[in-house]
Amino acid sequence: MSGAESFPPPSPQDGRRWYLRGAAAAFSVPGWILATAYVGFAGLAKESGFSLGETMFMTAAAWALPANVVLIGAILSGASLFWAAFAVALSSFRMMPMVVALMPELRAARTGRLTLYILSHFVAVTSWVLAMERVRKVPREARTAWFAGLGSTLLVTNTLLVGVVYLLVGGLPGPVTAALLFLTPIYFLTSLWGSAREKAGHVAMLAGLVLGPVFHTVWPGFDLLAAGLVGGIIAFAFHLLTARRAAP
Amino acid sequence: MTFEAIDAAWWPYLFILIGGGLATDVWRFLGVHFGGRIPEESEALVFVRAVATALVAAVIGNLIVFPSGSLAETAPALRIGAAAAGFAAYLLSGKRMLVGIVAGEAVLIAGMAVGW
Repeated sequence: MSGAESFPPPSPQDGRRWYLRGAAAAFSVPGWILATAYVGFAGLAKESGFSLGETMFMTAAAWALPANVVLIGAILSGASLFWAAFAVALSSFRMMPMVVALMPELRAARTGRLTLYILSHFVAVTSWVLAMERVRKVPREARTAWFAGLGSTLLVTNTLLVGVVYLLVGGLPGPVTAALLFLTPIYFLTSLWGSAREKAGHVAMLAGLVLGPVFHTVWPGFDLLAAGLVGGIIAFAFHLLTARRAAP
Repeated sequence: MTFEAIDAAWWPYLFILIGGGLATDVWRFLGVHFGGRIPEESEALVFVRAVATALVAAVIGNLIVFPSGSLAETAPALRIGAAAAGFAAYLLSGKRMLVGIVAGEAVLIAGMAVGW
């Protein structure tokens, strides 16, 4: 197992020690940036009228900040459950290729399928980035324990953080709350741009930024879906046109 | 069936479980199911990624132009300017998220301080 010899590791059979090592990996720069984003999310949920229980449940159940922000946006614009779920599903399709890429790294010869299904809930952008970067240094038999430690720590600490911030927001002065609420859009402006795989992703982001507010005024309830589909089509057309031009 | 459709304590949680939990987990479970059998570079995936990105960006646009709560008391021009400044700082700093976030917040706070 290459890389595993670079530090004195617990034995691969010692699942608890590897779980704790995974948990420790949550406290890293990507982990802190994620926490910042969830601080903003707690403010957003509270100011949008969600209860403490709903907000914490939402954090853990979707465990994807874009999905949660879309869910809140859909509920605020009066979408039905079907259309809200549809919008959230469209926004989180990216989970599938991420999980597809990660699972072969986690799986050992004796890993059960149920273990992988359970662990897949912990896959979100931050845990995925950390895992793809570091899991190769973990002996294969210990990888599920290590990722369980990383994923569950990120999920539980951020859910608790959301609850604590939710309770604090009410007592904060208006401008502080406003600055806190601004964390969500500014976080996504940077992370969406950075995570785009191709130029079409940048076009899609710019189109969505403009189309969201436009459709919000003309078609509330379907504004997100309309902006997503129209913006996606514009970006894909751009992708096809530039690919054709780039071809010799 | 909207979020307020049924006046019962369990309804918002069921709504969140299906609309937030199931709607994301279905992709995660499919990812486990397909594990390693999907080519990442197909044109269809480019399209789906573009739709997903535009959809999340639409929410972000709405949060900047039509915010709720305390942020709604600031001027729209200030919010758009602060977002643009944060994004510019992110690009100019070589895509460092923390720089972008701090710059955007700094412009917003400075703007609120002078009463915009």
